[in-house]
Amino acid sequence: MSGLLSSSLAKKYAMALSAFFLIFFLLMHVTINLLSVFSEDAFNVASHFMGTNPVIQFAMQPVLIFGVIFHFVMGFVLEIKNKKAQGVKYFKDNGAANSTWMSRNMIYSGLAILAFIILHFIDFWIPELKYKYVEVLPEDPTRYFHELQEKFVSIWRVGAYVIAFVFLALHLLHGFNSAFQSMGLNNKYTKGFKKCANAYSILIPALFIFIALFHHFNH
Amino acid sequence: MMNLTLKIWRQKGPHDKGQMVDYKVTDISEHMSFLEMIDVLNEQLVTKDEDPVAFDHDCREGICGMCSMYINGEAHGPDRGITTCQLHMRMFNDGDTITIEPFRAAAFPVIKDLVVDRMAFERIQQAGGYIGVNTSGNTQDANAIPISKHAADEAMDAATCIGCGACVATCKNSSAMLFVAAKVSQYALLPQGQVEAADRVMNMVAQMDAEGFGNCTNTGACEVECPKGISLENIARMNREYLKASSKG
Repeated sequence: MSGLLSSSLAKKYAMALSAFFLIFFLLMHVTINLLSVFSEDAFNVASHFMGTNPVIQFAMQPVLIFGVIFHFVMGFVLEIKNKKAQGVKYFKDNGAANSTWMSRNMIYSGLAILAFIILHFIDFWIPELKYKYVEVLPEDPTRYFHELQEKFVSIWRVGAYVIAFVFLALHLLHGFNSAFQSMGLNNKYTKGFKKCANAYSILIPALFIFIALFHHFNH
Repeated sequence: MMNLTLKIWRQKGPHDKGQMVDYKVTDISEHMSFLEMIDVLNEQLVTKDEDPVAFDHDCREGICGMCSMYINGEAHGPDRGITTCQLHMRMFNDGDTITIEPFRAAAFPVIKDLVVDRMAFERIQQAGGYIGVNTSGNTQDANAIPISKHAADEAMDAATCIGCGACVATCKNSSAMLFVAAKVSQYALLPQGQVEAADRVMNMVAQMDAEGFGNCTNTGACEVECPKGISLENIARMNREYLKASSKG
């Protein structure tokens, strides 16, 4: 078992499992966000539940934060290790001849997503912590929808979100299928899964972009 | 006939810094193989009392896995499913500039010019790429062991790996997983390889890591550049074998 924990394959499994976890989280996040398009009340109810339920706040949220940090740290660790393994760089390297841009630049799409997560934390998570634990304001189950709309007034923020979700789509287009491969799932039975993964990789970021644009034009 | 400019990596020895050097070659036939074109260059260099370009080659028919050049930014050049020795000059045009570099990876140190040390592959193979069978007169006839056609075909496909190192050379991470996966798969798919399967995959992966190869990020470049078309399915199989072996402790 100690060999498993220290080997290069263990790092592949860890990246894949944390990726699957984050992919599932994205689905949950976009589902709740979509409620804001159809019903202000439904979005407020869902957001209030997520923001006050102790299981979500004190059990699932720390797991999510750990998953995000783990995925990023492991990604950077592997990037450094892989750079070291390369040795001298080629004078001419035609990577486009044999692989996709997404697969070769996961570190850059990942960095773009990391920058977005920092912005997202500043926009939503830190104000939420301040509201609940610093200023200790009274609970208001109706505040979430207006807070959301307020954030998407600025065209610059909406632009940043759109760019970030394009990078998320690029990251997912390689990462989702790559996670299947890392877990050993590559045979005639998994081809259908891969098509679904590609559809997911485009649909979910597209929905996030739609939600941001919807609130920008309807506030 | 073609006139070409060659940009070739020249390095006097393992500790020399090395650099790209330009050469002109003239009257190159499109029917020549790429290595014959290098032979022509070397004849010119020897005539001028200069040091010829050192490069690996042996069978010159795509079997031995010795030739190992990174040509115009691709392992074994711009053609698919071939080794450098099977590359022909008809793939190039008169007036072209062709860059020729050794296979690059920290685990494949340059010995001289285009010759690299690929003993790391040998050490990985020695760590478990074999079947320890007692052959002293009591070995079961392989033809008497029932094996499905599908498994036999997949094992044979994996066994076509010639260990040239193109997978490592083309991988942006210098990962050796396609090579190791092919060797693990060719035994894992056959009954004869089952007994030592767990030890084999654990030991070969451990040796791969010890040699300093990078981690696979599933770009798929290795599969595209492999002269024998070794499939990424082999890496998935190795991942499964390793997980299975690890769970056994």
